[in-house]
Amino acid sequence: MASVVMAQINKSAQQINAMVVSNKRVGQYHQLIINVGDCADNCKPGNFVAIKVGGENSRMILRRAFAISRVSSNPTFGGTIELIVAPHGQGSKWLCAQGEGVTLDVVAPLGTAFGIPTQPVQVLLIGGGYGSAPLFGLAEVLNARGCRVDMLLGASTANKIYAPMEGKRAVNSLRIYTEDGSMGQMGRVTDPIASLIADLKIAVIYSCGPMAMLAAINQLTTGTDVVHQCAVEEAMACGVGICMTCVLPVADASGEVSMLRSCIDGPVMDGALVQWDKVGKTL
Amino acid sequence: MTTVDFSTTLGNAWFPSPVFTASGCASSGRELAQFFPLHEIGGVVTKSVMSKARTGRPTPRMAETPSGMLNSIGLQGPGLDAFLAKDIPYLISQKARIIVSIAGETVEEYSTLARKLRSVPGISAVEVNISCPNVENRGLVFACDPEASRRVIDGVRRTLGGELPIIAKLSPDVTDLVSIAKGVVDAGADALALINTVLGMVINLDTMRPHLGGKTGGLSGPAIKPIAVRAVYQVHEAMPKVPILGMGGVSSGRDALEMIAAGASGVSIGTASFGNPSALVQIQNELKELLLAKGFASLRDAIGFAHRLEDGE
Repeated sequence: MASVVMAQINKSAQQINAMVVSNKRVGQYHQLIINVGDCADNCKPGNFVAIKVGGENSRMILRRAFAISRVSSNPTFGGTIELIVAPHGQGSKWLCAQGEGVTLDVVAPLGTAFGIPTQPVQVLLIGGGYGSAPLFGLAEVLNARGCRVDMLLGASTANKIYAPMEGKRAVNSLRIYTEDGSMGQMGRVTDPIASLIADLKIAVIYSCGPMAMLAAINQLTTGTDVVHQCAVEEAMACGVGICMTCVLPVADASGEVSMLRSCIDGPVMDGALVQWDKVGKTL
Repeated sequence: MTTVDFSTTLGNAWFPSPVFTASGCASSGRELAQFFPLHEIGGVVTKSVMSKARTGRPTPRMAETPSGMLNSIGLQGPGLDAFLAKDIPYLISQKARIIVSIAGETVEEYSTLARKLRSVPGISAVEVNISCPNVENRGLVFACDPEASRRVIDGVRRTLGGELPIIAKLSPDVTDLVSIAKGVVDAGADALALINTVLGMVINLDTMRPHLGGKTGGLSGPAIKPIAVRAVYQVHEAMPKVPILGMGGVSSGRDALEMIAAGASGVSIGTASFGNPSALVQIQNELKELLLAKGFASLRDAIGFAHRLEDGE
């Protein structure tokens, strides 16, 4: 069965100056490769980074958090991490405009990582929008562990699907769902989950995407033996555990619910413990 | 001159540096300790703790605003007993100087908290937060009411005894800050923490409703720095002998020196740590260099300097 998700301060976190090695547009997203040196050794699938945006005199005072989608060691640059960034807000637009050679103020790695099963079990990876990005790096790790990895990706429309060619190598099967039918099958990524759990004898579901998708997946795993590890998303001011803004209601083993920080106790959480119906409500 | 006496005092508490965390912006201390040793700064002002554990307000709890942010946490915390059992021993193990911040819903709750703190070793001072804006009932913001402010501080003074300095944390959301400051000093406060966040709101144009779960939130960051400098200046002018822990948007050594020149004996760093977890040590180093560059032999000489210039001294 899946190993326990770690839930403590990520002691490997460092604040570093990191150079942009490349910045490429991929569909609606940008792929940034950033040289983080030895820091890459501590970056695991599920971890995230917090990047200062806007330059020296910016009126944007808070960092922006991005999931680490892939970690690699480059003979020229040393350790690099890949981020897939959607240029939605002012901060992410600024980041997407930073070219090769620009130095970024980065805190990495942060948060919990996906737990990797000790046994080669069947796993299902589910991504919504660019939430799929960290799942490809995870797929490689799971594949190396001998797990059979199947993947479902969903988005509202085709150009919001992030599915790089090289990422598909570690995946046994990949199904794509779009709500408008512009790519893959028309429908939602949650449509086939119940039958896949039964047919493939899935032991662990790993998910990353909008909160509504994570909640819907959890409804399907409730009452089954499937472990659901999800990477949650909640607005963060600091990313390092000091601001208490990114909290979610989560139960402990005894059933007691408390507001846990998605930056420290997450972003990877046990979906069965998150109190999805209480998110955004007063406890 | 190559050194500067960087030490400061708040009441009878001595600190080797005037740079502190701001309550609610350092959590338990462990989170920042991975970026710098906690004993290297003046001290850790802990997140305001209440008698009982509290889950706080619903999300969304934050909104970034121009040069600032709104927060709406609502005093989430473990409650005093768990805090004393877990967080204080950790901070002591790190050799951090500790200012415990307390918050209550009633005058009696503050007194009860103070009574429990009286016998706790390793604490340098108590911050009495009577100005958290993120409570359901604005009537509970004691610092908006001179009489309620006095009663809280009086109760804490009586139960705490005379040893630990009391720092009253006040709100800028009042018409006459000086009279409230004078009231709490008369009631037994040894020092003042100025300022808490400024009440604000953001409307989300997607939903056309207030963005924060708690609707209103506290504005912090560089956007409020001039308000904080003004508040420190006014209160120092009225009571030059009362030490002030100045805060509100300090994110550089220059900001810290502005606060000190206005009359602050120390500065707390809050929101700057969210954007830069190393902010405290960076600001501390910048402030030290700036004092040297300006020819100050000690921090003390710079406190309230802006007033002296006005007097032509």
